[in-house]
Amino acid sequence: MSDERKIRILVAKPGLDGHDRGAKVIAAAFRDAGFEVIYTGLHQTPEMIVAAAVQEDVDVVAMSILSGAHMTLFPRVRALLLDAGVDHVLLTGGGIIPEDDAKALEAQGVGRLFGPGTSTADAIAYVREWFASRPAV
Amino acid sequence: MIEPVADLPSSLEPLLERFREGKVTALARAISVVENERTGFQALLHRVLSAGPRAARVGFTGPPGAGKSSLLAGMAAAYRRQDERVGVVAVDPTSPFSGGALLGDRIRMNDLATDPGIFIRSMATRGSLGGLATTTKEVLDLIDAFGIERVLVETVGVGQTELEITAAADTVVVVLVPESGDGIQAMKAGLMEIADIFVINKADRPGADRLVKEIRQAMHLRAGSALKDVPAHHGVDLSRVVAKRRSRDVALETGTWTIPVLKTVAQTGEGVDGLLDAVSRHREWMAETSELVLRRRARAGTRIRDVVDRELRRVAWKSPSVQAGLEDGLDRIAKGSATPYSVAGAILEGLLGSRASR
Ligand SMILES: Nc1nc2c(ncn2[C@@H]2O[C@H](COP(=O)(O)OP(=O)(O)OP(=O)(O)O)[C@@H](O)[C@H]2O)c(=O)[nH]1
Ligand SMILES: [Mg+2]
Repeated sequence: MSDERKIRILVAKPGLDGHDRGAKVIAAAFRDAGFEVIYTGLHQTPEMIVAAAVQEDVDVVAMSILSGAHMTLFPRVRALLLDAGVDHVLLTGGGIIPEDDAKALEAQGVGRLFGPGTSTADAIAYVREWFASRPAV
Repeated sequence: MIEPVADLPSSLEPLLERFREGKVTALARAISVVENERTGFQALLHRVLSAGPRAARVGFTGPPGAGKSSLLAGMAAAYRRQDERVGVVAVDPTSPFSGGALLGDRIRMNDLATDPGIFIRSMATRGSLGGLATTTKEVLDLIDAFGIERVLVETVGVGQTELEITAAADTVVVVLVPESGDGIQAMKAGLMEIADIFVINKADRPGADRLVKEIRQAMHLRAGSALKDVPAHHGVDLSRVVAKRRSRDVALETGTWTIPVLKTVAQTGEGVDGLLDAVSRHREWMAETSELVLRRRARAGTRIRDVVDRELRRVAWKSPSVQAGLEDGLDRIAKGSATPYSVAGAILEGLLGSRASR
């Protein structure tokens, strides 16, 4: 009966800038796609993001990063997740992220990252595909 | 057909072990197992619940945006200062259109986010009415069994028929705001019956004193003593009237518990001490009288009924013979040789023996 279980996803907005429009748009889109979205608001530190991911037992952490700090934030969150014993979570996100940076992060184990032009439908499809093919936990 | 409760699937053994070691990731996963009603979830609950309830459970209910999460965060912070561990479960609605949910209660609790002494979990209602998800009470049990002393739970803010909270918490705090209307509306919504404590939050806004007064009056109406507190003259200094009322026995008595009507400003923390005090007085009162024992007993009774209902339903609708009986019955209804009642009767008889149709 739980074969079709809900995808739980944390939408996080790290950094000091006050722009959470993008994060809210993607959070609403994920909800409309049938996901359970945990939204924690602005100014999240990597520690806060990982604590929430652990407690909420999410499948996916999606970070919205516009500040240019993606090359530090993604590896940091990933490392903290692993420290916390969480290795089954997809870490993905979007924002102003050059393609080369996205490739470099992917090589470090981060999932696909979505640039400014991408549609929310792409992100939803990506999460669904990942979820369907992930090993059972 | 019914899974024997004692048999924990071997796949869940390591989880149980890590849960007992106090690993937060194990608590989080155990909650998912229960929330998704994964195979063996009842056996898992059975294993961890044997110690019985220990935590003090406080429930918050009230209309959307009343400040439930903000108040709860203020209380959680205070308990943390006393070095007590705090568990929080916040329920938000599942969208009936998409089946998805936007769970946003953590936003108010960001100050506590990285404190290892606090565990916060968001839940979606997943179609359940009554203010909580179907498995919220079981999730509270898990948090209790994990050894967390204070458990705070917040219902979805729909403002009506949130009776489920009384079956989930020892102490129910009803949170209203000056804009919530008047005492009569609180009566209509049935809030009088579920509140152990009333809080008028956003008391920084106009109308808070008026609502406090009206709620108190409404409680007297229920108690049948409304007239004794109505001032004989208008033009009396209001502050004196209010002061006098406080000192007298103005609130409704349930047994010997006087339901307090408090004012708070959750944003600034004003009045949160008073709420903490009221919650602990309510707890003392429950312990002194047999109320806590009674409430826990009632809760266990509700749980047994819920589990029996759930299992009966599961057994019934999973059974191939019931499915066949249903299909066959639909054909016979179409031909005019049966009604939904005769088909249901036959199905029940098949499941429970001939007793069922009597
Ligand atoms: N003016 C004022 N605003 C407050 C007060 N307490 C909370 N708020 C604000 O009211 C809004 C809602 O607060 P929440 O704590 O999220 O309310 P809630 O009842 O948990 O809301 P839902 O879970 O969505 O039903 C937020 O913007 C708070 O900052 C208060 O005492 N005064
Ligand atoms: Mg809330």
